[in-house]
Amino acid sequence: MEIVYVYTKKHSEFGRQCNFSDRPAELHVDILPDISLAANFTVRDPCNVTIQCAEEMSEHEVNTERFESESRGINHVEGGWPKDLNPEDMEATIRYRKKVEKDEHYQNTIMQIAGLMEHCCKQNNATDIYREFFEDEDEEVLEESEEQPSAKTINVFRDPNEVKRTATSLSWHPEGNHKLAVAYSSLEFQRAPNDMSFDSYIWDIENPNKPEMTLRPVSPLVCLEYNPKDSHILVGGSYNGQIAYWDTRKGSQPVEMSTIEHSHRDPVYKVIWLQSKTGTDIFSASTDGQVLWWDIRKMSEPTERLVLDPSKKGNLDNALGVVSLEFETTMPTKFMVGTEQGLVVSCNRKAKTPAEKIVCTYSGHHGPIYALQRNPFFPKNFLTVADWTARIWSEDIKESSIMWTKYHMAHLLDGCWSPVRPSVFFTLKMDGTLDVWDILFKQNDPTLSLKVCDEAMCSIRVQDNGRFLGCGSQLGTTTLLEISAGLCTLQKNEKAMVSEMFERETKREKILEARHREMRLKERSRSEQSREDEGKETDGEESAEELVACAEREFFEIMEAEKKKERNEEKQRDKV
Amino acid sequence: MLQAEVEETIKRIQSQKGVQGIIIVNAEGIPIKSTLDNSSTVQYAGNVHQLLMKARGVVRDIDPQNDLTFLRVRSKKNEIMIAPGKEITDLD
Repeated sequence: MEIVYVYTKKHSEFGRQCNFSDRPAELHVDILPDISLAANFTVRDPCNVTIQCAEEMSEHEVNTERFESESRGINHVEGGWPKDLNPEDMEATIRYRKKVEKDEHYQNTIMQIAGLMEHCCKQNNATDIYREFFEDEDEEVLEESEEQPSAKTINVFRDPNEVKRTATSLSWHPEGNHKLAVAYSSLEFQRAPNDMSFDSYIWDIENPNKPEMTLRPVSPLVCLEYNPKDSHILVGGSYNGQIAYWDTRKGSQPVEMSTIEHSHRDPVYKVIWLQSKTGTDIFSASTDGQVLWWDIRKMSEPTERLVLDPSKKGNLDNALGVVSLEFETTMPTKFMVGTEQGLVVSCNRKAKTPAEKIVCTYSGHHGPIYALQRNPFFPKNFLTVADWTARIWSEDIKESSIMWTKYHMAHLLDGCWSPVRPSVFFTLKMDGTLDVWDILFKQNDPTLSLKVCDEAMCSIRVQDNGRFLGCGSQLGTTTLLEISAGLCTLQKNEKAMVSEMFERETKREKILEARHREMRLKERSRSEQSREDEGKETDGEESAEELVACAEREFFEIMEAEKKKERNEEKQRDKV
Repeated sequence: MLQAEVEETIKRIQSQKGVQGIIIVNAEGIPIKSTLDNSSTVQYAGNVHQLLMKARGVVRDIDPQNDLTFLRVRSKKNEIMIAPGKEITDLD
């Protein structure tokens, strides 16, 4: 069906201006639905419609413009020749070359770079510098350098006074280790000249010419300690038995001193800071046999007093003079004292009665114990330095030390452990030698023996890093030494090996102790038996000869027993 | 005379163990003296000159006060060692 609508216009009206006008809509065609056509269609029910929930994507193809490439070789042709020269002309080129060779600049330059070139050629011929050497060897083998242990003097601080005094005690500044406090006094009885100065000094490590600060006590200081918590406070024990404390911010005079009546009656040989909440507790020891506890805020009276009487009666006349103290902050209730008589006494501060304060004694030294220190890694073992030997003890073995050095030619005056290596300790001798011992390396001799000065060395203190140590001599010269890296770096397995060694030695001593006890029991029972027998047989007929014979017999028996003991000890030591 | 010395020096280097040849090139890239055949000389001279310029440029770019002293080019079969002469700076 064609729907047509015709628009007509007269030809004469073409080109005329258009006049638009409004008129209502006219219906031109109306197509009605034809029901018969519906018969060609049916209703579909249900309708299946597929839906997909996915990103809509479309695929496109692109083709770029072709890039043309070609493989070609370059032919190098001589160039650079000056314009007027024809490179093909052999003569010209040779002439030019000769001219250049005659040029002075050319000759100088050639000489210069020829030297360089020769050097590199020779280098090439010498070794293959690009090859990987040492790649198979273990990395650690290289690091363990075979350097000899050594120590060198960094600085020497001399007593500025005319009359030289002994540097009896050193203390490092707790932070930074750049200051050293040295106590000077003369320990020889009544040998101090009248004009001897009483001052002690704090030195700055960088400046050995002049001490940084002077401390002016009433009587020369025998020992001096920085407060580990507060680096401005120092406490010193003096020759007349008083304790005084200084604050470096407040000047050279002591802030407070203990009263004479309550102080020690002999020089105070050692003073140590205690671990407490207030950080103001100290305890001091002296050869008058007392150990006193103080709070520095109230110096008029000691807070506690202990008399070192081995018979536990608190009798001052019987007391042992104390020359050294030991205190470990990890075990705040226990402390140890070293006495003039050669005994080490272990004490418990928190015991109920004074008698129980003294726990046990360790004997074995022949002279005053100048140094006493627990091993910082193994607190059960401690080092004592006295007479001519240094000994290492275990807390459990009371009869003898577990390890000891041989008897030296000079007295040993001070010693300490290295704070970084459990197997290293230092000792000072009366002939001015510093010995560094490494028990893992060598036990019979010191690993390093260094003569620091000609006079006796009286005090030593190692810095917390284990690298630097200061030692003071009899003429007041304090030397600052640096020890080689090998002696102050922890080796691998060191702790395990040292702990093994200590355990081994402790076991050996325990066995020996047990055997001694057995033998003693046997001796006792035998002597008791023989006494009983003799009593039965010879009631009154004890002639002088028989007594002598009896005494001889006993003497030889004892000798035999001693010899056997020595042989056993040697055997055990050889086995170790 | 210095020239004789120069000749001697070159001979000495040539006689070192492992040295295959020596080429002396001037600033324009012309090989002045060579102990190798012509074609190799030309090849080396051309290539090395450019490499040297580039290397020197790199060194001075990073630090203008610095200068290239020696250049070693190591390969699987051999090594080329290049020693640059001092640059002439025009003071005009």
